Amino acid sequence: MTRKDLLDIESLSREEIELLLDQAGPFKDLFTRSVKKVPALKGKSVLTLFYEPSTRTLSSFEVAAKRLSADVTNFDVPHSSVVKGETVKDTIDTLQSMRTDYIIVRNKMPGLPQMIARETKACVVNAGDGAHAHPTQALLDGFTLREVFPDLTGKKILIVGDILHSRVARSTSTLMRKLGVEVAWLGPGSLVPKHGPKDIQRFTDYAEAMRWGPDCVYLLRVQMERQAVQYFPSLREYTKLYGVTDERFRELADQGTYIMHPGPVNRGVELCDAVMDYSRCLINQQVENGIAARMAVLYWLKPHTQL
Amino acid sequence: MMRLHPISSLIPFKKLCIAQEYKYKTMSQNLTEDDVEQAVSQLVQDILERNAGKEFVLVGIRSGGDEVAERIAQQLQSEGTKVPMGVLDISLYRDDLAHLKSNPKLQGSEIPFAVDGAHIILVDDVLFTGRTVRSAIDALTDYGRPAKIELAVLIDRGHRELPFAPDYVGVHLQTQRMDYVDVKLRINDGKDSVVVIENKD
Repeated sequence: MTRKDLLDIESLSREEIELLLDQAGPFKDLFTRSVKKVPALKGKSVLTLFYEPSTRTLSSFEVAAKRLSADVTNFDVPHSSVVKGETVKDTIDTLQSMRTDYIIVRNKMPGLPQMIARETKACVVNAGDGAHAHPTQALLDGFTLREVFPDLTGKKILIVGDILHSRVARSTSTLMRKLGVEVAWLGPGSLVPKHGPKDIQRFTDYAEAMRWGPDCVYLLRVQMERQAVQYFPSLREYTKLYGVTDERFRELADQGTYIMHPGPVNRGVELCDAVMDYSRCLINQQVENGIAARMAVLYWLKPHTQL
Repeated sequence: MMRLHPISSLIPFKKLCIAQEYKYKTMSQNLTEDDVEQAVSQLVQDILERNAGKEFVLVGIRSGGDEVAERIAQQLQSEGTKVPMGVLDISLYRDDLAHLKSNPKLQGSEIPFAVDGAHIILVDDVLFTGRTVRSAIDALTDYGRPAKIELAVLIDRGHRELPFAPDYVGVHLQTQRMDYVDVKLRINDGKDSVVVIENKD
């Protein structure tokens, strides 16, 4: 059971997801050794192609690839020929000529990773394409939640924020549902899509969502840089309605609810400072697990033919 | 003349589920439960003889070697010597990953002691090409710098492709390069048996 590319969560079976989560465990165990590196991808080349600014995901992939002994090259998009007017097709041909083994791609336009996957022999990992998918984020989220709940069946996760524009919400919701987790969305009415799976509960009121009794509250980042149109009046109002304020945090802590966030956190917007020191705040685990999950993905993918 | 099957290069890596791809015939040279028991006892005796009063640890190579290591540890304990035991998954250190259609499923390693300065006896079920041993030594040294690594194998079937010699051997088996040695131990399979399966092609 192997694939050439990882483009979204929708096309993965539950067995494939569980295999990847199982494999991430042994990779995480390596991080406590003095030598964190293994030679599994020795001599392989990994190229990161990030059309969108990203520090966390990019470095997470870079660390993952390096811990597998691959050689990593960052295709410097802001200074590249793309800016000089090269078409995507020509960029793909350039990548193909470089005979790189893995391409990690992130961009604003949904579908580009799929196109690159079709056109090249390299294994392609989607590191986020527009509002479409972010499969490795979903895998690390699933792995993190499974660390605290070994049996995920029937557990409840509430995803809070701008669901409509969030590839994280889309991929993580899909993965959680495939693993038997109940998913609910909470956010301003304008940002919680009515379309999509029927089994996902939609809430616009915080208190009502809490009465649903989530085991984990997953806060999405308010993407201030991506809000060309204002979907909610002000940050202050967002925090007042949906942010984990000091008062709401005490309530969550009393109930022992876990808190997740894909990062980077806007302190004082999605959550208050106290959350970061909370023992059931899984945000730092998510970062560590991200490397392990991405190692598992790179180890799992195989090209159809040798390059 | 023996025709080399392209997959033959993979056989050294133990317990690959490729047996069904071959037309195998059972050879007479198999080991009974008593033979296996005797081979384990031989290993235990030799290890005790050469390490009386010394501290050492066992590390079994997954999968197969971990069961042998556990058997050795049990027998050592019944004779009054308690030794720490670890398990090593060498999948990430194999030299043929790039040639495999799919990578082996990781089971993980458990090394519950400090490798730095330790006297480690590496344990495997079958010693064949020596490639697994090479991977295991690479994997172990990424945990630290052992004072000494020795090699104990239940069965040495010959046909080395790398320059390794075992320190402790339970039993030597004469085999052909293309044969498959199927080891079953009672810890996982309920009963001990070693069957040499000949490749008819």
